[in-house]
Amino acid sequence: MKINNVILRTVAKLVFFIILTLAVYLFFAGHNSPGGGFSGGLVLASALVLLFIVFDIETIQKGIPIDFKLVAAFGAFLSVGTGFGALVFGENFLTQAFDYFNLPFFGEIELTTVTIFEAGVALVVVGVVVTILLSISEDE
Amino acid sequence: MNNLIVMPMALPVLMGIILLFLRPYVKVQRSLSLLVFVANIGISVYLLHLIQQNGVIRLDFGGWEPPFGILFVADSFSMLLVLASSIVAAACLIYSFSSVEPSFEKNFYYSFVLLLIAGVNGSFLTGDIFNLFVCFEIMLLSSYVLITFGGKKGQLRESIKYVIVNVVSSWIFLVAIAYLYGTVGTLNMAHIADRIAESGQTPTLTVISVVFLTVFALKAGLFLYFWLPGSYSVPVTPVAAMFGALLTKVGIYAMFRVFTLMFYHEQQITHTIIGILAGLTLIGGSIGAVAYKDLRMVAAYNVVIAVGFILVGLAVATPAAIEGSIYYLIHDIIIKALLFLLAGTMIAVTGQTKMDEISGLIKNHPLLGWLFFLTTLSLAGIPPLSGFIGKVLIGEGAVGSGSYVLLALAFISSIFVLYSLMRIFLTSFWGETIISKDEEIPAKKGWIVSTCILALGTIALGLGAEPMSVYIQDAAETLLNPQIYIDAVFGDN
Repeated sequence: MKINNVILRTVAKLVFFIILTLAVYLFFAGHNSPGGGFSGGLVLASALVLLFIVFDIETIQKGIPIDFKLVAAFGAFLSVGTGFGALVFGENFLTQAFDYFNLPFFGEIELTTVTIFEAGVALVVVGVVVTILLSISEDE
Repeated sequence: MNNLIVMPMALPVLMGIILLFLRPYVKVQRSLSLLVFVANIGISVYLLHLIQQNGVIRLDFGGWEPPFGILFVADSFSMLLVLASSIVAAACLIYSFSSVEPSFEKNFYYSFVLLLIAGVNGSFLTGDIFNLFVCFEIMLLSSYVLITFGGKKGQLRESIKYVIVNVVSSWIFLVAIAYLYGTVGTLNMAHIADRIAESGQTPTLTVISVVFLTVFALKAGLFLYFWLPGSYSVPVTPVAAMFGALLTKVGIYAMFRVFTLMFYHEQQITHTIIGILAGLTLIGGSIGAVAYKDLRMVAAYNVVIAVGFILVGLAVATPAAIEGSIYYLIHDIIIKALLFLLAGTMIAVTGQTKMDEISGLIKNHPLLGWLFFLTTLSLAGIPPLSGFIGKVLIGEGAVGSGSYVLLALAFISSIFVLYSLMRIFLTSFWGETIISKDEEIPAKKGWIVSTCILALGTIALGLGAEPMSVYIQDAAETLLNPQIYIDAVFGDN
């Protein structure tokens, strides 16, 4: 059955971006305070789930033609990859590095490799949550 | 610092993830996963050699020094087990190439095998008790998937039991870790050992050690093996071989580590309990092994007997017995994989699972028959095969400490092992050939190659007992002198 609820759809389109903003905020807040890749990823996934609920699965999959299993795999690769990255520089496995850079427009900013690790975690969470929900919904 | 230590776990994890992207390319998946296991064999041989020269080595992840960070510690005991598990994994992988269905291979079969081995190797290497829990979970999560590959009715029924038992035991594990952390305030195994040695093993700590014993007994199938024969007899052959060879051994390893490094002060309580449980396991396993006609059930009960046998060595805890246990542990990893592969091959070529429905197999499959006979002899402990030295050393240790009941049980169980397997050999391989050659499914090359590798392994381990003994003595010495391990963790890197 297809629901056609105009108010819900209009609100969902707006809320989607608000949730995404919160997800990004949580992700970066996690560096020094509560938040991080896992919670950021969960919020991000919940935004996608909202779309899947409000519109039907086919429409969204047409709009976002990504295999979420591969999203999870790519995230895991990114996280493990940062561990291996340390080997290239002759450091202990999983060693993380950070430094301050002066970027135009942003000014002085701290860039860390642990952010890449966290991004991997976030992608795994998004990929896994969406895959699980889609697999459940496929069964009749 | 030596980054190679993490490779036996990190390489399979990385490759397992990479294979997710290579889903349609089955041939690439096969060769890459085999490459990882061969690389691991090389790495573990090299590290084993390095440990003899430089002593126990460790790797602090991210440069965080113990006791604050997580670390991997490689001593001879760990590396010997990693080596054995890599060899078995490679052999089972070769067997998988020609036995699992193409649909499994396209559904991430090799990724899960790699992650299973990553969990096993990680459990052997980690120096942090919470990390041990994590590695157990990696191993178990992959095993949950692997046990259901195929989706037959029996598999689903047994996997539900398997999952429930393991989830409950993991929960107890977590609770035990929480108790321990609450008591000694650290999770680093060497640090825990140090603090327990300082404060003495108080009654609270002894109780906690018994909680740990319960967990590992569930995982290893020490007395609490009620779930084991069912679960290990349903998966596809190469998976059953890996389960039978490796999963219980991880529990046994954990028991050895915990009860030689941390909780060795109250041996009259903890080691007596282990001894009683080992004895009961030997009795139960022996009865099971002769009670069933299903080939896979007989093989699964043989796993149970071996668990009891190895832990007799820990219960006795004399140097000879510990050496014998280590020797027997390595022997058992290789020989149980071989036994499961052979039983699976017999079922595959005949299509029957009960031994009295198979007859005269040796006429069409002479090599299979003689390999089975070799396995029987090796399991029974006939020299010069690999089971012999382990049994002698454990026996010597039991005599030395006067545990004659355990000694008797251990050796009577060997007769039961011999009987249960000779019965299969006599009824299934000898006798009239029922199935004609063209009706039988021919044995594939991959099956022969992988079983021959393992058979050569058991012969080499038996004949090479002398050169091996250097490594095994070093492993036993580290287990018996926890200070060596503690010094390696807190010394200069």
